[in-house]
Parts: sequence; C-alpha cells; structure tokens
Amino acid sequence: MSADKQLLAEVADAVANCMKCGNCMEVCPLYKELKTEASVARGKIALLEAVLSGRTDITAGLDKRLAMCVSCKACTAKCPCGVKADELIIRGREAVVKARGLHPVKKAAFSLLKARALFDFGLRLAGLFGPLAFKKLPGRLATVARFPMPGLDRKRIMAPVAATPLRNQYPEVVRVDNPKLRVAFFTGCTINYIYTDVGQAVINVLKANDVEVTLPALQHCCAVPVYMSGDAELARAFARHNIETFERYDPDYIVAACGSCTMAWKHEYPQMFAADPAMKARAEKLAARVYEISQFLVDVAKFRRDNLGEVRATVTMHDPCHMARGINVTAQPREVLKAIPGLKFVEMKEPARCCGAGGSFSLAHYDVARLVNDRKVADIAQTGAATVATGCGMCRMHITDGLVQSGRSEEVVHTVQLLDRAYQAGRK
Amino acid sequence: MDRGLIDALRQAVGAEHVLTGREDLLRYAGDATPGLSRLPAAVVVPASAAEVAKVLALANEANVPVYPRGGVTGPGAGAVPPQDGIVLLTARMNRIVEIDAANLVAVAEPGVAVGDLNKAVEEFGLIYPPDPGTVATATLGGTAAENAGGLRGLKYGVSKHYVLGLEVVLADGRILHTGGKTVKDVAGYDLTKLFTGAAGTLGVITQATVKLVPAPEARQTMLAAFAGPEDAGRAIAAIIAARVIPATLEIMDGATVRAVEEYARTGLPADAAAVLLIEVDGIAEAVAKEAAKVIEALTAANAAAIRTATDAAEREKLWAARRAVLPALAGLRPAMFVADAMVPRGKVPAMIGAVKAIAARNGVTIGTFGHAGDGNLHPTVVYDSSDAAEMERVHKAMDEIAAAARELGGALSGERGGGGQLKYREDQLGPAALGAMRAIKKALDPNCILNPGKLVGECG
Repeated sequence: MSADKQLLAEVADAVANCMKCGNCMEVCPLYKELKTEASVARGKIALLEAVLSGRTDITAGLDKRLAMCVSCKACTAKCPCGVKADELIIRGREAVVKARGLHPVKKAAFSLLKARALFDFGLRLAGLFGPLAFKKLPGRLATVARFPMPGLDRKRIMAPVAATPLRNQYPEVVRVDNPKLRVAFFTGCTINYIYTDVGQAVINVLKANDVEVTLPALQHCCAVPVYMSGDAELARAFARHNIETFERYDPDYIVAACGSCTMAWKHEYPQMFAADPAMKARAEKLAARVYEISQFLVDVAKFRRDNLGEVRATVTMHDPCHMARGINVTAQPREVLKAIPGLKFVEMKEPARCCGAGGSFSLAHYDVARLVNDRKVADIAQTGAATVATGCGMCRMHITDGLVQSGRSEEVVHTVQLLDRAYQAGRK
Repeated sequence: MDRGLIDALRQAVGAEHVLTGREDLLRYAGDATPGLSRLPAAVVVPASAAEVAKVLALANEANVPVYPRGGVTGPGAGAVPPQDGIVLLTARMNRIVEIDAANLVAVAEPGVAVGDLNKAVEEFGLIYPPDPGTVATATLGGTAAENAGGLRGLKYGVSKHYVLGLEVVLADGRILHTGGKTVKDVAGYDLTKLFTGAAGTLGVITQATVKLVPAPEARQTMLAAFAGPEDAGRAIAAIIAARVIPATLEIMDGATVRAVEEYARTGLPADAAAVLLIEVDGIAEAVAKEAAKVIEALTAANAAAIRTATDAAEREKLWAARRAVLPALAGLRPAMFVADAMVPRGKVPAMIGAVKAIAARNGVTIGTFGHAGDGNLHPTVVYDSSDAAEMERVHKAMDEIAAAARELGGALSGERGGGGQLKYREDQLGPAALGAMRAIKKALDPNCILNPGKLVGECG
C-alpha cells in the first residue's frame, strides 16, 4: 500500500465508527452557512471511506473539500459515537500532502516558517515596513491594506505587525523581587509579532503576582497551522524544536496565552510522537506543566484580588474553539473577569460557537468565514457590551474585522489585558 | 446522464445549486445503512416548491429517477439511490413560515430541523412532539416523509398524528395541497396521511402544516434494573395496567447495560438483565400521582434497583446511561448496524430473549435497546466488516431477527419507513395490500421516477 493510503488505512476503524447520523450538522458552523454535505464532518468522513474502498482517489477535489473545515472540534464534542472527526479530517489532509504535496502558497509560507531565524527576520522587516502597505485604523490595533495584495481580501481588517517583536522588548528573564513561582512563557507567533500588547499584559500580570517570567529566545511556532494543514513531518520538527528548547530551562510551569498554542503543547505534541516512545515521554513530561494564562492565574498562582482597581466596562466573552473544546478552559477566564471591580460581565448567546477564523482558514475562505462571523457579531451586538474578551489572537483579529465591516465599535481584547488594566488602576 | 438535462436543471435552480463533482456525489451516495450506496448523477438543491416542480417536470420528461433527501439522520436507506438518478435536497427550503399559537399549528418548509421548530415554538409554551433520536438535525420533511416516531411515541404518537396538511409536488410537477389547519377534515381521501410516511415515493413535500401541543409543565424520571427480561416485561405490563402512559419507556438489555457501564460508568447494575428508563410528564399533580403508580408497578415486578430523579441534575444522570448506548456499542467493534424491529408491547421480553439466543447461536455481538413502551426495539449488531466469515454470520443473524419479529406478530422497520429492509416487506404486507399500494404508486407516478424501488418495491 502506498504511504498516503496507509495513513488512511490506520484510521479505517475510526472512520467506520461514524454511523452517518448527522448530529454534526447541528453544530458545524460551516454547515449552517453552506447546507451541503461538503461542509460537514459526516460528508468528509464519507469521502475518506470512499478513498479507503477505492471508489475515489486522493484528488484535487478531495483536497479542496477537506480544506473546508475550521477545526473547531464542535462535531467531535457532539458525536454520539465518540468519533474524533476533526482528527480524521487532519489525517485526510496529511494523506493529501503525502500524495499531492502542499498547496504552493502554503508551501512557500511554510518554507519561510521552517527557517526560524529567517522567519523572525522577515516579520521584523514587516513590522518596520508594514505601515507602508497597511493603513492603521484609529483607536484599535487594526489595519487595512493600502493596495490590493495577492491572497488578501481588499477590505479585510488585519492587525499590524509589531515594530519590535515582544521577545525583543524584554530581557530573556524578567525578574521580580522575591519570586514565588517561575514560569517559561511560550508566546506563540501572534503574540510575539502582532499582538505584543497581550504579551505585555501577560508579563505585567505575572509580575504583579510575584512570578518570574522567562522568554526562551529560540522558541518557535507552536506547529498548529502546519499540523492542521496536514504537514505532519514539519509539525513534528517544530514540536521537537520547542520541546528541546524548553527542556533546557527545565521550567516549573510553561504558560501560553493562546488556546491553540496551549492545546499543541498539552495534546498534540504527545500525539505527534505516538511512534517514538522516548520523544513522547519527553513531550508528556512538559505537557503536564503547560497552562493557559487564565488557567495558571486561577488554578496555580491564585492571582491577587486585594489590589485590583476598577475597570468600568461591560464585557462579554468569546470562547475560542481550542480553549473550549481543545483544552476545556472556559471557567477560568470568566473567574478572572468576575474578580475585576466595576466590570459588568454579560454572557453572549453560544459563546463557544466558532467565529469563523479557524487560523488560516479565514484567509483562504474569507467569504464563508465572514458568514460565520456575522452570527458572532450579531450575538455580540445583542449583549450591549462594549468590550469582547477572548483568548486567541486569530479570533481577536477576525472578530475585529467582522465588527468593523458591520460598522460597529466594540473593542476586542485578550482577557488578561483587562486584568492588567485592573492592576494598573489599583496602583493609581 | 444527458448533458441537456443537467443544463436544464442548472437553469431551473441556478448553476451553483446543481452539484456534479465526483467528490460531491460520493457524499450523497448513501445513508447510515451499511453496504448500500450508489453515486447519483447529480445533486439538485431547489429553494422553493416552484423550483421543485421544475426539477420534477424535467426528470419526469426525461424518465430519470429523483431521490428526495432531508437530513438523512437515520438508517433505513430511504434516500439511497438504487439506480442512476438525481438526489433532490430540501436543505435550502428551511423557513418556518408561520407559528399560529392560537390555533396550535405551525407551518414550515421541509428543510427545517425538528429541533429548530421546537426551539421556535418553545416561547409559546408549545412543543412539536415527534422527536427521533437525532431530533436536532432531522428535518421536518424527512421525518414526515418517513413517518418518524421517537422517544416519546408511546404517549404522544408519531409524525402522522401531527401532520395536518401538506404542500406536495407530484411527479409531473403539479403542486397539490392537502388538509389544512383544522383538526377535522373528511373531504375525500386522506391524502395527508397518504403522503406522510410515503418516503417520497408519491410526491415531494415542500411545506407542512403541523399540530402543536402544550409543553408539559413537570416531569419525573425513573430508572429500574431487573434480574430477568421477564421481570422488565411484567413491569411494562403493570405500568400500562395501572393506566399510566409514560412519555418515555425505554429498555436496554443486559449486553447493552454492560457495554454502557464499560464505556461511561453511569452506575447501572452490571449484572442486570434489563434496565427500564421511564419518564412521566404533564401537570405537576398528575405527574406526582403517576410516578407513584410507576414505582408501585416496578416494585411489584421485582425491580432489583430503582432510582428516581428529583431535579434536573439527577435527571441528566439517568438519561446519560441511555445516551451512552450508541457510543458504547460502537466502541465494542469497528462497525455497527442498528436494526429496527417492531413487536407488540407484550412481546418485548420475548424479542429480547430471541435476539440474545440469535446472537449466541451465530457467534455475533448484539446489544438490544429501544422504545419498550411502543414495542420498538433496536437490536444493534457490532462487527468487523473486513472479516468475511463474520459478515456471513451477521447477515444470517439479521435474517433470523426479522423472522423472530414476524413470529412474535411484529415486523422489521417500526419507525423508519425506508427501503433498506424491503426484502422483508412482501411477507409482512401480503399480496393484496402490496398490490393496492403499487396501484396508488402507479397512479400518482406513472413513470416511476420518485424514489423508485423504495417502500413498495419495483414499479410493476
């Protein structure tokens, strides 16, 4: 059997367990908009079955249809038979990459990403020259293209690449007097290169709780975008690099401020090394020390509440897919918000419903991603909140785009930024 | 298929609503019935009755079969194309046209999910009771066409008890209306009932007027374990004899109970031969009285253990076991097939015993669960389809289950009207009844283009 088919043969039993009941149709954000089997897990699993039984081949058509998934895990959470549909779809993409290679645009992007130093250099240049290509929108971390660019919807709101990446703004170890805990901060790409305001807030909040923060200089992309695209080999290389990098510091805790990055460390790294027990054990050892920032503040650091100042704001929360269904962290960010004096928290309808960002999905399928986003924007509008708190940079960018396109003025921030504001207000 | 027809279909519904790519067609080739699937020539997604009429007129002219398809959330092969043809999706016809709370009716298009209809009528304190297990995604059109029942069939009945009127497109593209908002209607033949449950073989439902009933204000859930299936049978008889009609009266056999405990540890007694899940609902005072009668009946029938839920959290715990059934059984072997057998209520223990014996005799694993209250059981066979010898034993066991249901005065296919179990249909109906049905089919669909081969078999 060829290597591509072998990848699918390994999951044949899991594929067979899908009984085609279609419960996934209820929760799939893409099915809601498109109403075709093309968009929902059941249909994609039927396609994998067709490949396995020889009724179709690994074609460009298969590639295109497997790409139509935001990896929000809603189907997997819903499935009455426990079929991990999201993982099967990624496995299908892996088979496509084996059989047909990566899409040329992704191939170019990933080869840049592969060379960590070059990637870093490229994004620093983008930070310096970005303003020439993107116009800043007043009042928020958002930009819009000054001229048409390939692969980017003309009106789409992006976030500016930071002039100085987060890790270059700080020494490698941010010290505090009398540290109670020591953590290594896995920044992830969006926080290091784009939303440095979130990274600053993470560091401020940890300092306010007497936590010493190390920012390992050689850390790299968490691998989720690469893994989701089916390039398992490159994803493993990233995982290995990150594991080796963080092992050198032997941290008590690893903290990330992004649901997807945290999920990668906690679940995907150990899974990626299923065939390499030694590496799997190393991945698991670190996975046990990994926390999402709100989870760390609530469950481990028991963050200080005695010196919080008032933040007068009405806030609602969007739970990113990988926070809600990847690492099951939804209570802690709410606990953080509810601790802030003056802050009024309003729950939106279906807060854990995908916003349509799906990492790079919204770049490749902007039209569909917008339709999904429109529902999120409507749910936000209904709350009357002026601020949306969330825990993922891609969600923040995508929801900001949706709000601006709908002529709305709500700000979208990371939960930890509001806590940072409260500590600052407390010091005044 | 003729290119001209595909072009005409594109004209009729818009090019983007006609799918012909091989990867798209593969997804519409089957349903949950294993082994049955066939690639359609095209998938058409009309948005209105007028567009459905155009599609059917074109197909009728060209003598091309049309397979209407709703949510396809159940097995039964109702929507599987046995010949080349067109699959017609109702997904775009998904408007709730009207909720007439004063007259207790709703009017909706076929693509509306039953769960969404229920959400919409909830604010009026009403429910649409037919709720198959996949209520969140099953469509109104699909459930009406298949005359679907569900978990509360015993008390509330099935789809045909709620469909008051229909808009149907006939095979030649003519649109007809049946029934209406009134409860009483005796003018002419009852075409509403005829098209309800016809599995799309006589026409395509493009709108339904359905009856709504008041939402129950209270409910009480109970779970009882028994050492023998006969005890469970006695309990069911005693509950009905006490003149209590529970909304839910579900049964799981011993094999299912053990699979559920292995999978979810819900606290069911692992040595139980049968477990009943019972829910009574209605006005609070009545519910309390009925629940007391149920517990009396369970105790009299030697229940080994009885648990009752007094709040929502406990109710959730009791239901968790029932909901874990399918994933638990699915986890036992690579693949599973959920059969659908109907026997008189009093024969439920005998049927469970028969299935157990069939499983042992053929060396296959079968868990039986289902709606004991209306005698509707789902013997679920789990197997490895790559093992040819096992598959032979599985098919033999399936035939024996069908025979056992008949011997007990029942049949296969209680709530799934589809065509997958057709091989048993002739024995069940007898030649006169089947002949009458085929005459109706021929009269309404002379070219036999509507879901041909289903329900009444091949067109004569």
